[in-house]
Amino acid sequence: MSRAKKFMYINRHAPCGTVYAVEGLEVVLIGAAFEQDVCMAFIGDGVFQLQQDQDTADTGMKNFSPAYRALGDYEVNRLYVERESLQERGLTEEDLMPLTWEDEDEDWAEKSSIYIVDQAQLSDLMDEQDIILNF
Amino acid sequence: MAFELNGKTYETDEEGYLANLSQWDTEAAVYMAKEDDCDLDENHWEVINFLREYYEEYQIAPAVRVLTKAIGKKLGKDKGNSKYLYELFPYGPAKQACKYAGLPKPTGCV
Repeated sequence: MSRAKKFMYINRHAPCGTVYAVEGLEVVLIGAAFEQDVCMAFIGDGVFQLQQDQDTADTGMKNFSPAYRALGDYEVNRLYVERESLQERGLTEEDLMPLTWEDEDEDWAEKSSIYIVDQAQLSDLMDEQDIILNF
Repeated sequence: MAFELNGKTYETDEEGYLANLSQWDTEAAVYMAKEDDCDLDENHWEVINFLREYYEEYQIAPAVRVLTKAIGKKLGKDKGNSKYLYELFPYGPAKQACKYAGLPKPTGCV
């Protein structure tokens, strides 16, 4: 079998208003079943997808944000959030929901899945990927 | 599509999954299982209840690989394996158990 391909899913849209975020998340969860090397990046308004305490009641959309917390179970445990995008929107890491995964090899130790990276680091990460999908 | 039970109508999709998960109750689960010639015992219920809790927390129905791992963690290694789960739910643990639990078909289930 060929080696696992490196996939990066880039999220650029706010959680509500369009279906990009929810559809993108669904693709990631489906793709995770194929045991590829998967990471996600959150850029621009995409950083709002990870914001804490989302309340979608007035939008008429289901609040699917709890599903991001399942990503760790799907072994998607590298979520890169662009520092500049957070700053431009007046957000810090504390405004994001804590997302963790459990390391089976270290007695289920809980580790954070969120990495705040700057534009230059993100660009290097993109260079390493085999496949990049934008949502 | 729909089925009727004790005067209550349950809407379903074309594959028999409940259209509205708030309609779910244990009678509906027993009925859907009977339709598949499956008598629910406490081991089935353990998985069904686990799935409902998982959905409540994460708003998604887990893929079978994730379900297996999570069951193993919660109920022990002797239950967190495909053999055990397929014996309980021969049509596919995630698919079949999610149906009786009133959840949508699992994400990533084709």
